[in-house]
Amino acid sequence: MLTRLLSGDTPRSGLLTALLLIVLISLAFAPFLFPGTKSLETAARICIFIVLVASYDLLLGYAGIVSFAHTMFFGIGAYGTALALSTTGPNYGSLIWGTAAGAGVAALFALAIGLFSLRVKAIFFAMVTLAVASAFAVLVSQMSWLTGGEDGLNYKIPRELTPAFKLIKAKVFDVSINGKILAYYLVFFAAAILFLVMLRIVNSPFGRTLKAVRDNAFRAEAIGYRVVWYRTTATVLSAVMAALAGSLLAIWLRYTGPATTLSMEIMIDILLMVVIGGMGTLYGAVLGATLFILAQTYLQNLMGVAAEATSAVPVFSTLVAPERWLLWLGVLFILSIYFFPTGIVGRLRAGRA
Amino acid sequence: MAKEHPILETRDLTIRFGGHVAVDHVSCAFERGTLTAIVGPNGAGKTTYFNLISGQLSATSGAVLLNGETITRLSVPERTDRGIGRAFQLTNLFPTLSVRENVRLVAQAKARKGFDLFTVAESHVELLERADHVLSEVRLIDQADQTVSVLPHGDQRKLEVALLIALGPQVLMFDEPTAGMSVDEVPVILELIQKLKSDMDRTILLVEHKMDVIRTLADRIIVLHNGALVADGEPSEVIALPIVQEAYLGKAPASSGEVA
Repeated sequence: MLTRLLSGDTPRSGLLTALLLIVLISLAFAPFLFPGTKSLETAARICIFIVLVASYDLLLGYAGIVSFAHTMFFGIGAYGTALALSTTGPNYGSLIWGTAAGAGVAALFALAIGLFSLRVKAIFFAMVTLAVASAFAVLVSQMSWLTGGEDGLNYKIPRELTPAFKLIKAKVFDVSINGKILAYYLVFFAAAILFLVMLRIVNSPFGRTLKAVRDNAFRAEAIGYRVVWYRTTATVLSAVMAALAGSLLAIWLRYTGPATTLSMEIMIDILLMVVIGGMGTLYGAVLGATLFILAQTYLQNLMGVAAEATSAVPVFSTLVAPERWLLWLGVLFILSIYFFPTGIVGRLRAGRA
Repeated sequence: MAKEHPILETRDLTIRFGGHVAVDHVSCAFERGTLTAIVGPNGAGKTTYFNLISGQLSATSGAVLLNGETITRLSVPERTDRGIGRAFQLTNLFPTLSVRENVRLVAQAKARKGFDLFTVAESHVELLERADHVLSEVRLIDQADQTVSVLPHGDQRKLEVALLIALGPQVLMFDEPTAGMSVDEVPVILELIQKLKSDMDRTILLVEHKMDVIRTLADRIIVLHNGALVADGEPSEVIALPIVQEAYLGKAPASSGEVA
């Protein structure tokens, strides 16, 4: 049953299984294990980024396609939901059609870009996605009558998903069960389902064919696979998944703007998360996203504490000053690439043999 | 209708790269159940001729016909669907995947299941069985779980042939299948090719340098020289032709005997 749910793609390493279980349990019980607004924000972000990073890995790790437009699809999903909620009101109808429309537009964009540029060299596709994504970001910030420009959009979501809504009077483990908790579980379960769907796709005959295309497109053609269609389909699927992750973000934040969805910074974060976790393994997305976001959120605090504790040591305390957190994130990244070139998951699975 | 047509035919097939004519008006028909060896010195256009037939290159002029139908403008996978299968001169496999997965992918392509998105690949037991069956045939079954990139060269050549067997096309094209293989491995490949020809009635085109291999297998030899078809006939006749002795073997007929 469990193996079926995981599409036969079990972690295949004791330590990896343990790590994944820790992440799963922590996320599943986040509101109770780590009460507080900031930790719940972090947990929701991790859920959403697991989907986003996994969908990028579908493209980069499985199909071997480098795209810089992933945040564009993420943004299209987020803006779809945001626009629907702000124009037709905070009800479930607009939430659903906005999400569906976002995913649909993302699919069409991906289809167009794919058919237009996947026939040619990989570098050309990467450049086209970069150009399209930049143009899209400029367009969104210029069309402020529709998108709110740089300020983005603030909107209401259905009341049941807001802190004002109380599901039950009593507190569970000292946590009041309000709409924010419900919204978290919407994000959590949606992310879990999307992740399992992607796990199925990469282990399907289609997913296997993608690996073949990645390994040797020339030979894949010679045994009868129409490579362009496989690449285009992978691009479309990955775009739809990214758009759905964007919709989850839009619901969770009740705000959508260029900085939270479209920025090049997020694109680079996604790339780092895929590489840290391990390309071509969806479980890598789980670990990559979790570690990266935890570091992003808590490294600064941790360093603050460290700087405080070592204030007597002159050079060291300056080095660990909180404002240098990006430096240390960079160091951590370089070390992880150096020691785990196949990512955390690749390293753990190889260690088993 | 099919009886009137040879299974494969090229008519005035030509390709130019700039001023260089790599394949020059080659017209040739191949009958069902025959094995034709294509010989000629390096650079004679043998592999280019193969590329034109299987579609990796498109002809400048002329036509390729399969069962009397023109396939000159079709893409590689379309030609594969119609029954042209190709093994490559340089090993051309899926290096990070397992031996079994390489063959399974071919069986999957043939079963047209590549766009099946929501089933688990392993649940298609018939594809795995097919893969294992072919791997036993080429005696690679013990290496089935190994990653291709760590396989010895000879085994990679066997796998190359296995992919073609799994594809089971009407026309099989082998480009120096025994190149770089050790002496004791060569007979395995030859036996396989022989079996494909006699048991399965396939049409086989074979580019090969080893004269003893050609003598054992071929029903017919065609000779390419500077892209043009210069000789065509029974192996014994063709090998004896002065133009072959000179063009292919690079020596005068008098010094015949040991052949590389």
